[in-house]
Amino acid sequence: MPTVSTPSKPLELVCPAGNLPSLKTAVDHGADSVYIGFRDDTNARHFPGLNFDAKTAAQGVHYAHARGRRVFVALNTFPQPSGWERWRRAVDQAADLGVDAVIAADISVLDYAHRRHSDLPLHLSVQGSATNYEAIRFYHEHFGIRRVVLPRVLSLPQVRHVRENSPVDLEVFGFGGLCIMVEGRCLLSSYVTGESPNMCGVCSPAKAVRWEETPQGLETRLGGLLIDRHAPGEPAGYPTLCKGRFTVADQTYYAIEEPTSLNTLTLLPELQDMGIAAIKIEGRQRSPAYVTQITKVWRAAIDACRRSPTAYAPKPEWLRELGKVSEGHQTTLGAYHRTWQ
Amino acid sequence: MTIEPHMPKLALGPVLYYWPKETLLDFYERIAASPVDIVYLGETICSKRRALNTEEWLALAERLSVAGKEVVLSTMALLEAESELKTLRRLCENGRFTVEANDMGAVRLLSARGASFVLGTGINVYNDRTLRFLAGLGAKRWVMPVELSAETLAAMQAERPTGMETEIFVYGRLPLAYSARCFTARHHDLPKDDCRFRCLDYPEGLTVSTREGQAFLALNGIQTQSAQTCNLLLELEELRELKVDVLRVSPQTERTEAVIAAFAACLRGDRDPLEAAREINATLPHGACDGYWQGLAGLRQVEEV
Repeated sequence: MPTVSTPSKPLELVCPAGNLPSLKTAVDHGADSVYIGFRDDTNARHFPGLNFDAKTAAQGVHYAHARGRRVFVALNTFPQPSGWERWRRAVDQAADLGVDAVIAADISVLDYAHRRHSDLPLHLSVQGSATNYEAIRFYHEHFGIRRVVLPRVLSLPQVRHVRENSPVDLEVFGFGGLCIMVEGRCLLSSYVTGESPNMCGVCSPAKAVRWEETPQGLETRLGGLLIDRHAPGEPAGYPTLCKGRFTVADQTYYAIEEPTSLNTLTLLPELQDMGIAAIKIEGRQRSPAYVTQITKVWRAAIDACRRSPTAYAPKPEWLRELGKVSEGHQTTLGAYHRTWQ
Repeated sequence: MTIEPHMPKLALGPVLYYWPKETLLDFYERIAASPVDIVYLGETICSKRRALNTEEWLALAERLSVAGKEVVLSTMALLEAESELKTLRRLCENGRFTVEANDMGAVRLLSARGASFVLGTGINVYNDRTLRFLAGLGAKRWVMPVELSAETLAAMQAERPTGMETEIFVYGRLPLAYSARCFTARHHDLPKDDCRFRCLDYPEGLTVSTREGQAFLALNGIQTQSAQTCNLLLELEELRELKVDVLRVSPQTERTEAVIAAFAACLRGDRDPLEAAREINATLPHGACDGYWQGLAGLRQVEEV
């Protein structure tokens, strides 16, 4: 067991907000920071009806700042040549709003923000795929990033090793939908639908989804491909490409990943001990009710862990609450736990 | 006076699968005699695969260099362990051969040495500003991300930095994703740390199909590939018009030399691309695809063959 000591800086809780009500409830229930996106393909949750326009973004920043909390803006997709103006405007807009950081992945976006707005703190998005400290040093040396969000592929000892060698703070995912692939390097969605997180800010987009009742059960399709078939009474989740049941050498199973959510509540003392700066909660696409629920639980957990890391244990009611909002109603430690890999 | 048509070079990408040592050495012996100009060498997927160690890869690089090939050492796409960084440093410091970076960690090490390098498919270059920035650090060639289209390529070529070479993935199963999880081990209910090197059993990966029998992916250890084989042989004219410098063929178990020969013959004008594409596509286990090139879903096949 690692030795557990009280860290100098408390773990920061970073919560998602897809709209103003979510941002407010995150702030009201104890988020230290909230991350948002604008209403276009400059961010990796470019979903219809989601995200902030100039007015709601300004209201959100004002609401959070008035209560001593911070707002980050995700500009974490990869502009193609014809789209550059949109990303440039988004960076300028974030700077004008006085946000506390821009979370970016593409070199052109980082470079522009760094040169044009030298006071605007930059975080390297998980979409930047920095899994090792040499990559982190690259972004630090060239763009002065202050923080990196780690892809969900490292085991706990690997996270600790990166922490010990990283020139900047680390933010890790604590809870939510689980990308099994290295973020920023997954093209599965565009292979089947033509649209990917990198190019369009979407994964398995809703417009490519079809639900069909058939004599064999409820079928879910993505870009015409059968992703899953559910027996009567079996819960049917959203057909995210990597979470379907497929056939490999005559076996039909979740060949890539089960529908499940990441939950690291039990790992908090270790994450705190190794000096992780922030815990990120996934889910800008989720409802204000989800944001309320997860913010409450994680605020309580982080505070309990800080008060007494050795006595800390996740409360059953926390796990119950998180279980309710988890994909497939199940959770995993993901790559943090080596056996999962 | 006649203007010589633009003549791209042919490259062979790194072997993405786990082939036994003998298979690899035999393969590269045949490649030494093939009309390919550039050979990318090295393990890019999984550090547990040790058919050849670093010394042996370097020896093979010498051998191919003597045979007249331009050799580039390819590096790992997903770097997690310190041991992997150690191998990466060794390759970046080889002092003899150009290195292909597939992670920003490699870009950092190479640019710090003042070396010129290649940006592999693992580096996200989606726009000309990013390309210009990396050119400033020493990148001399970039391989376009496979999900980008001919239209985006045209915009990139119009703005590309002076001296920058453009390489396009024109043949092979497409690299689509990397994960912490080993899907081949998972298929066998084995933990990744005790995978028993099952990738050796699947020299072209393990096909993933829907429950309606539609093959669409291939599992290759921690990498996911397309089940369909990308084939842009019918796009040669456009590739030339766009002044693409290098065409990359990704090694598959069968057909690789025939594919190289077909591309070389079509480039020389000695063979009709339609006839050659027809012959190649007839041998593909799950058909061909060109959707990404056309700006569509990658698995689509638009050109009629």
